[in-house]
Amino acid sequence: MPSLKDLKNRIESVKNTRKITKAMQMVAAAKLRRAQEAAEQSRPYTERFNAVLGGLAASVGGSETAPKLLAGTGSDQTHLLVVMTAERGLCGGFNANIAKLARAKAAELKAEGKTVKVLTVGKKGRDAIKRELGDDFVGHVDLTEVKRVGYDDAQGIARDILVRFDAGEFDVATIFYAKFVNVVSQIPTEQQIIPAAFEAAEDGASSLYDYEPSEEALLADLLPRGVATQIFAALLENGASEQGARMSAMDNATRNAGDMIDKLTIEFNRSRQAVITNELIEIISGAEAL
Amino acid sequence: MANVMQFDLVSPERSLASFEATAVQIPGAEGDLTAMPGHSPMLTSLRPGVVRVQTADGEKDYVVTRGFAEISADSISVIAEHAHKGEEITKADLEDVIADARKAAQEAPEEHKVGAEKFVSDLEHLAENMV
Repeated sequence: MPSLKDLKNRIESVKNTRKITKAMQMVAAAKLRRAQEAAEQSRPYTERFNAVLGGLAASVGGSETAPKLLAGTGSDQTHLLVVMTAERGLCGGFNANIAKLARAKAAELKAEGKTVKVLTVGKKGRDAIKRELGDDFVGHVDLTEVKRVGYDDAQGIARDILVRFDAGEFDVATIFYAKFVNVVSQIPTEQQIIPAAFEAAEDGASSLYDYEPSEEALLADLLPRGVATQIFAALLENGASEQGARMSAMDNATRNAGDMIDKLTIEFNRSRQAVITNELIEIISGAEAL
Repeated sequence: MANVMQFDLVSPERSLASFEATAVQIPGAEGDLTAMPGHSPMLTSLRPGVVRVQTADGEKDYVVTRGFAEISADSISVIAEHAHKGEEITKADLEDVIADARKAAQEAPEEHKVGAEKFVSDLEHLAENMV
């Protein structure tokens, strides 16, 4: 049975924890709004870009001269997994879920006899899969210093990936990130970026365009940017998911701290009552003994 | 035929402009071109340069680097990697970009070198013509 003083200390410390989680929740809520805005503002660009690229890819894709980024290298032996996670923890299952998906994919590929290489973005994901996939790491992108993810960051990652692709280091690249649905739900997602997979454009309107320079040159110019665009979209999506996950995790933590305080307070009051009762018994029996 | 068309300028980080224009001058990869309503559908990549938009109430300038433009009879979408309003960008900003581009050009592998150097010279040209 803990003493009254111990209980008091514990209540105090849980109260402090509650203050911190509450503050973190509010910060996450503010950041989430900003992240969502950023994601929304990038959407017109992404949509248009993909529409144009999809149209181009559909018209050129069948030809023999199609760029490797679109058609693939003709093999799928070596896979690059780009695992994008947060730089910070305390955001519920966010990092763990992405890491789990990446691990499952890696295990599946390895079972098929494929070679797996891993590029991590974000410290937490790296830590989470280090034990199992540590030998397959080929690189890491650190965004710790980045306050607000910009297109340049995505471009940097894309350049890294493209250099490796040009050097023939891998055949297929897949990115892992969490899609933001709402505050309580973020879906870990895998998306293949090389060779580029587009939903086929339904309208045949693309063939009516004049192209300057030629169709192929334009496509070769746009495909690397398509990689950057997809990574940028994923980074933003991830940012919103992270804040959403942190917000709900901290909300839960705050509520749990409240419950704990209630429970401890009841225990404290009971103990205090017991102490008083004990003293009374002693006094009364002492008086009776006289 | 309508004498205005929808003009949109989007960059990855934000959507900069969306309004009706009467004519748009675009720095196309193979030379500047001016698109007016009723232009035949066209897709062109961009050089670094100035997109000049004429609207019913005046002209607006935007500085773009890399990207492409989709032109159809009743709309123009400029999809630029970096875009700024003309009055927002200064020569000093541009010089930073040039310095970066120059560095990238030097490091570029052989097959990309020509393109990267052209990008630098386009940027320099743009900077010279700025007021």
